[in-house]
Amino acid sequence: MSAGAGHRGQGAAFDAAGDIAGGFRDPATGDYRQETMIINMGPQHPSTHGVLRLLLELDGETVIRCTPIIGYLHTGIEKNTEYRTWIQGITYVTRADYVAPFFNELAYCLGVERLLGIDVPERARLIRVLVCELNRITSHLVGLATTGLEMGAVSVMLYGLREREIIMEIFESLTGLRMNHAYIRIGGVVMDLPDDGPRKIRDLLDVLPARIDEYETLLNDNPIWRERNEGVAVLSAERCLELGVTGPVLRAAGLAADLRKDMPYCGYETFDFDVPTRTEGDAYARYRVRIDEMRESLKIVEQALDRLMRTSGPVMIEDPKVGWQARLSVGPDGIGNDPEYLAHIMEESMEALIHHFKMVTQGVAVPAGEVYSTVEAPRGELGMYLVSDGGHRPYRVKIRDPSFVNLQALPDVIEGYLVADIIAAVSSLDPVMGGVDR
Amino acid sequence: MTPQQMAAAVARRYPDVLVARDEVTVVVDREALAEALAWLRDEPALAMDFLSCITATHWPGRDPALWIDYELRSIPLQHRMRVKVGCGEGDAAVPSVTSLFATANWLERETYDFYGVVFEGHPNLTRILLPVDWDGHPLRKDEPLGGVPTWYHGTRVPPIDERGMA
Repeated sequence: MSAGAGHRGQGAAFDAAGDIAGGFRDPATGDYRQETMIINMGPQHPSTHGVLRLLLELDGETVIRCTPIIGYLHTGIEKNTEYRTWIQGITYVTRADYVAPFFNELAYCLGVERLLGIDVPERARLIRVLVCELNRITSHLVGLATTGLEMGAVSVMLYGLREREIIMEIFESLTGLRMNHAYIRIGGVVMDLPDDGPRKIRDLLDVLPARIDEYETLLNDNPIWRERNEGVAVLSAERCLELGVTGPVLRAAGLAADLRKDMPYCGYETFDFDVPTRTEGDAYARYRVRIDEMRESLKIVEQALDRLMRTSGPVMIEDPKVGWQARLSVGPDGIGNDPEYLAHIMEESMEALIHHFKMVTQGVAVPAGEVYSTVEAPRGELGMYLVSDGGHRPYRVKIRDPSFVNLQALPDVIEGYLVADIIAAVSSLDPVMGGVDR
Repeated sequence: MTPQQMAAAVARRYPDVLVARDEVTVVVDREALAEALAWLRDEPALAMDFLSCITATHWPGRDPALWIDYELRSIPLQHRMRVKVGCGEGDAAVPSVTSLFATANWLERETYDFYGVVFEGHPNLTRILLPVDWDGHPLRKDEPLGGVPTWYHGTRVPPIDERGMA
């Protein structure tokens, strides 16, 4: 057995076999309690945002204890990156929190760029801000839609996913994909906006504010919505900090902590936007903060788009030792290799072909060192701890995913409350299990 | 506060400080870990009141072979710092900091799960992402990946961890 065998069963919640499935024991007597009921909620429960399993000890309808059991979506993303090049790593990390893939790519690429000591062109930085803020809106829309579904407000689910679809189509025309884009690359982004990209984004800017108003008309003073969310899953700012909780959950408790303001990256300090906060710290306040954040994101998108119109230049660093030279372009059948670039390496230049081959097979050598690179993801602080030993492959990639850390607060907010409140509590924390389990 | 100023403020008490790429790294002995994190948290000039992340790296054949890494953030002062503790493969154990930062609970469990580092004093040090009956700690560099070779037209293509690429 491994070194861990001797350390099993340390916690009160574990029986002799180290298996939690047997349930909880009374801490006083060590026996299973007879008067309470042990229930597994999940892992396949429609309101657990994927595959989250909650082991609950119930006294009637009251939750006495709640133990989240996670790992059902663990795919070893961090280990996988150690056997791929730095560039290939992007395609792995983007799959962690799959509802907010651009943020994973951005945190990773900012980290690698800091290790390399390079800066990206202005146009690439603006496009990064643009796609990330659009992604923040889709992520909050998914959060809103699933919350609506779980509260029985099915129309909210339909509206949320309808608006998300507009942005997903923009993503598709920008990157060729609806998720797992691998669009943000080391040194920039993989390709410039398509010709009709700005128009599509303008159309969105015209449509979305009124739609957000509609959600608020529908929900802000809806008695059922307020009944289910107000005063539920309350977490104070102090407790948030102790538990490492960030993002809308922390801001709904009154603390305006936002990495875009506190430790700006990608030039966020030059954009005009506010950090919405509320003081109640409950599920309803989180809903209101997310709604307000969508409006702020729209403000940033508009500014980024205006600046993009005035900024020309490359979207990838020019240094051929770092920048990915192969360009993609949008053709009638979707996105593929740029025919001009293909002609260049296949017909014109042997040196370009050799260079292309080396970039694809080996990629970039990254100087030895370690960085912790963070971005403000829709769910809070997303960190990438990257270690290089000087080679072409990452030595270590650790994803500090906000969903993982925030989910730890669940027992805190649910013990002592009703089973029905679990639904509101989980959806107000808005965990994405792909990010939790990685 | 610039990274250099932070490093100077810490170095008076913990002299092993490094500034690289504008990030401050403090290396402490494992006996001093809990005390160091508590001091960094409570010292008003630094106010490292938020523990972002705990993880480890494995360097087989080196001394120390395991580095445990603590990423700290100051919410009021808006800066960061890293604290690192080294330990050997044979005695991979550090004190738990769950009593200082509640968030350390799951982060320490994950590090234990992946690296086999024992966090002494943790209230429930069990696996978190892998099944309870999993054998080994897969993010250690010497863990076999379990890949199988592929044969193509009589040519053996080794599993990815034996390819020696790049």
